[in-house]
Amino acid sequence: MTEMTYREAVCKALADELRSDPDVIFFGEDVAEAGGVFKVTPGLYEEFGPDRVRDTPISEQAITGAALGSAITGLRPVVELMFADFVPVAMDQIVNQIAKYRYMSGGQFVVPLTIRSAQGGGNGFGTQHSQCAESWLMTAPGIKVVVPGTPTDAYGLLRGAIRENNPVYVLEHKGLYNLKEDVPDDTGPMELGKAIVRREGKDVTIVATQLMMHRSLEAAVKLALDGIEAEVIDLRSMVPLDKETILNSIAKTNHLVVVEESPHSAGWGGDIVSLAADAGIYWLDAPVKRVNMGQALIAYSPPLEDAALPNVDRIMAAVAEVLSS
Amino acid sequence: MNNELATQTRQDMLRRMIEIRITEEQIQELFLQNLIRGTTHLCIGQEACSIGVAWALQKGDTVTCTYRGHGHALALGMPIKDMMAEMMGKESGCCKGKGGSMHMTDASIGLLGANAIVGAQIPIAVGAALTSQVKKQGAVAVSFFGEGATNIGAFHESLNLAAIWKLPIIFCCENNLYGEYSAQHRTTPVTDIALRAESYAMPGVVVDGQDVEAVYAAAKEAVDRARNGGGPTLLEFKTYRYRGHSRTDTGPYRPEGELERWLERDPITILKDKMISDGQLDRSEFQEMNQATERLVHSAIEWAKEEPFPPLEALYADVYYEEETI
Repeated sequence: MTEMTYREAVCKALADELRSDPDVIFFGEDVAEAGGVFKVTPGLYEEFGPDRVRDTPISEQAITGAALGSAITGLRPVVELMFADFVPVAMDQIVNQIAKYRYMSGGQFVVPLTIRSAQGGGNGFGTQHSQCAESWLMTAPGIKVVVPGTPTDAYGLLRGAIRENNPVYVLEHKGLYNLKEDVPDDTGPMELGKAIVRREGKDVTIVATQLMMHRSLEAAVKLALDGIEAEVIDLRSMVPLDKETILNSIAKTNHLVVVEESPHSAGWGGDIVSLAADAGIYWLDAPVKRVNMGQALIAYSPPLEDAALPNVDRIMAAVAEVLSS
Repeated sequence: MNNELATQTRQDMLRRMIEIRITEEQIQELFLQNLIRGTTHLCIGQEACSIGVAWALQKGDTVTCTYRGHGHALALGMPIKDMMAEMMGKESGCCKGKGGSMHMTDASIGLLGANAIVGAQIPIAVGAALTSQVKKQGAVAVSFFGEGATNIGAFHESLNLAAIWKLPIIFCCENNLYGEYSAQHRTTPVTDIALRAESYAMPGVVVDGQDVEAVYAAAKEAVDRARNGGGPTLLEFKTYRYRGHSRTDTGPYRPEGELERWLERDPITILKDKMISDGQLDRSEFQEMNQATERLVHSAIEWAKEEPFPPLEALYADVYYEEETI
């Protein structure tokens, strides 16, 4: 075991991949000499040199387009789009190019590229630096999307993403960068598409990711004081989605709450509810609940930002509601 | 500068320009017969740009291009059969029928893809040039685009990044004077797109895009510079598309007489006339070249008509690469 932060785990994953595969390169805004604006990538430039670890201009379309062009010609690029809020700036390259390049060429190319961004609210970054991007990305078949919620997963999923012969978007949560954990020394590249049950319970299933997963675990501890045993599923991967783990849990608990750091409309929680309605409806004893941001935007002012994001109280209230109906 | 090429090279270039011309004329016919769906964008009149640049490249070099990309694909060596089958959505098309007119792609000849989003192909070529640089392959990348694409962000980001990293890439602007239906002067404050190279500290060269030998000479110089570590170049080929922007556009926005003036500078005619005056070609040989190409194109069309459509299982194939590498 080695204790490390989520931030350090990301950096270690990058370093281990750069070390083991000369085709891996890494570029983005301020990732090299400055070590990243979130100080996630210090030391990589010094160890691997200016050919393989590169600073770029503030050019999200060129960064993502160059990632694609280099991936289809023999490199295994990892690029950083600093804040996930910048995804829309590069949406053409991500959705029209990267996600579709293999398909529309009739399978002529493999596209082994990884994009990393820091997402999520709770840190006072305001409306355009606090959003979560997974629901935007999930509308584009052809790209995989992972959302590590712990240091161990931040390490293993990033390595798994880089090993993958498909484009993968790794969304790190900036509210988790300082989270510490003992990471098993034998942690390697993880297979994408596997959810994990973070806490077992028999009364209600809570599906969540990243910061919301941690808040759901807090809620589960409090619910246990009232004798309610909540099962908390950390999806870890949005695409592919581990339907089996979700359905197995619903079969056991007969109740479902989905907690997403996302607006309600077309948020990924709708996919989970759709899955439950389609394949798990006979197990459900009550209507399902989605806890999310509704139509709220993230505001700068602390009480407004806090109110926008699902919190422990709202998660507990949703659980109480499904259990009482 | 004397740009004259050897007789054999001129003959090959002429034949291949004719091949592009006749293939595209037939593509238009196939649309009228409803054998091709959607839309298409013809490069008739611009053939010298594709051929001149392609002749300056070698195996291992890569190209991204636009939805007006039939000429680029054929110039790089895509078999007409593969293109015709793709046009008709057949399984034996270059993209197994999944791409169509706007997405001609053939990795085996270095064609990394024609793109239906204006300007999106430019940063992709930057990435291909990056691979060459990192892996020290000595290959160059080329991106074709129209003058309309030089008003889009991806163009500027790409030139900037390529210049900063001194990448082996040639940016090839085929300036055909119209971005869709809008004349260049209505959308773009400079007449010479090559001027835009100055902002990115790279050479910008205006080239007669109707003279295939001039295109080749300019491309060769830029390719050699890129291959030798001299970084990127922006080439602007002054050219003209005889047809409209896309299948249904008849070009009513063109001023009277403009098309006629450009027809007088037809790229095939220019090379043909030079060869005739140099005693390298006579009129009957030229006629035979045309007829042979027509037979070739027609046989490709007849073959493609009989080819099967892809099986429905293909719908979900290649959305992802299926084999895990872990």
